[in-house]
Amino acid sequence: MPLQGNLRDFTATQLLNLMNLSRRTGTLFIHEGVPTGEKDAMDKEKMAPGEERARVVFKDGKLVQATLAGQKGDLVAVLGKAGKLNDQQARIIRERAKGASDKALAMRLIGANYVTQKDIVVSIQQYTLDTVYELMSWREGPFRFDESAQPDKARILVPIDLENVIVEGARRIENDEILRDSIPNLDMALKFPENPKEKFKGIHLSVEAWRVVSYVNPKNTIRQIAKANNMSELEIRRVVYGLQQAGLVDIVKPLTEEKPGAPTGGKTGKGGKTGKPRQPGPSKDVVTRLIDRIKSI
Amino acid sequence: MQTVKMVITGPFSSGKTEFIRAISEIDVVTTDREISSVAEREEKEQTTVAMDFGRITVDDDLVLYLFGTPGQRRFDFMWEILAEGMLGFIVMVDSAKPETFREAKSILETFRAYAPTPYVVAANKQDHPDAWQPDDMRIALRIEPEVKLLPCVAKERDSVRDVLLELLYTILEEME
Repeated sequence: MPLQGNLRDFTATQLLNLMNLSRRTGTLFIHEGVPTGEKDAMDKEKMAPGEERARVVFKDGKLVQATLAGQKGDLVAVLGKAGKLNDQQARIIRERAKGASDKALAMRLIGANYVTQKDIVVSIQQYTLDTVYELMSWREGPFRFDESAQPDKARILVPIDLENVIVEGARRIENDEILRDSIPNLDMALKFPENPKEKFKGIHLSVEAWRVVSYVNPKNTIRQIAKANNMSELEIRRVVYGLQQAGLVDIVKPLTEEKPGAPTGGKTGKGGKTGKPRQPGPSKDVVTRLIDRIKSI
Repeated sequence: MQTVKMVITGPFSSGKTEFIRAISEIDVVTTDREISSVAEREEKEQTTVAMDFGRITVDDDLVLYLFGTPGQRRFDFMWEILAEGMLGFIVMVDSAKPETFREAKSILETFRAYAPTPYVVAANKQDHPDAWQPDDMRIALRIEPEVKLLPCVAKERDSVRDVLLELLYTILEEME
């Protein structure tokens, strides 16, 4: 089944989160939106995919390659952007290495002491990250995920954990609207998901994100955490959005002292955020009879 | 005679009327009106403005009523009235229209706030070529792992029956 939509309904950050959690392998294509003159189900202009803007490749939920339309994205371009090759060197290498894969070229460049293996790995990582951070700011554009589109075998793939990318990408969001949509209520609290130790392994958080993490407790509202850390609403939303999208925290109703006998909210799958007591419902026997009847349909 | 009520909710054109129609033993009492908005008219000619109403008789003493909420936000004043005393609720989501996922989540949260009632989410239109997989929808809608998110094709009676049964099992589990 396809995974397609528009970035205005499902942001790039949310898409990266989806790729991460579902451990996807394949390529995400993002296109220019071409107005169709029709309206979608939410009364917004329906967009057809136009020219390709970017493609991002994932392997087992990790980011392995990202290129913007019009970029070569090969090793020479990557090293050129990282300042490891000047224009003249890049041109000569391109001429001499015609047809060679990036891997073969990398071996030659390392052998000729142009660059080190570490230079190559770091440059590829940075190139991929810069591309992804750029597209994370896009607000509009049809996207499609194709599981059959595999990474270009000629390229060197450096897998990057998406949690860090999501947290950092969220930190760079300038537009308050996405953040307000995602975290409309600062009077909610934060809690760690199950197995937080496992989830935080290998995560590189900024100082401000760690400050927020240190206050994560269902008793503290997001507003209180912001106040304790002297952060603006935009700043706290940015940090919380990143942590939430990376699956490092969950947004929950704040824990308050409850009167004896009051409902505790119970497990999920059950409504009742307001804590409004449930009216006495039908008995177990009634539900069993309903089940038997529905089964017979 | 005891009556129990379940509510079928979800965004505009998510398949609520179809769901009730597939399983109700009576012709669904519907209050559809012609649609005024151009975008909505592209989806379907008529929409539910007050509610849909279906019935399943269990025996001489027990009847299950199914109420479908109006899908358009401007009729949301009806929701709380319909939610009053419900045994559980089903949130219908059109799997092929990711632009409605945010709205579906908002409706889900609104209903959760009305009463501590069990619910399930039905990923409808799974037969559509553009349908998202239920697992992806769970992530997109941020549905907790404990909540049932079920594949559904509302025009097929068996599929509707399975969703209703899963809701009833959830209700039973809550009682136990």
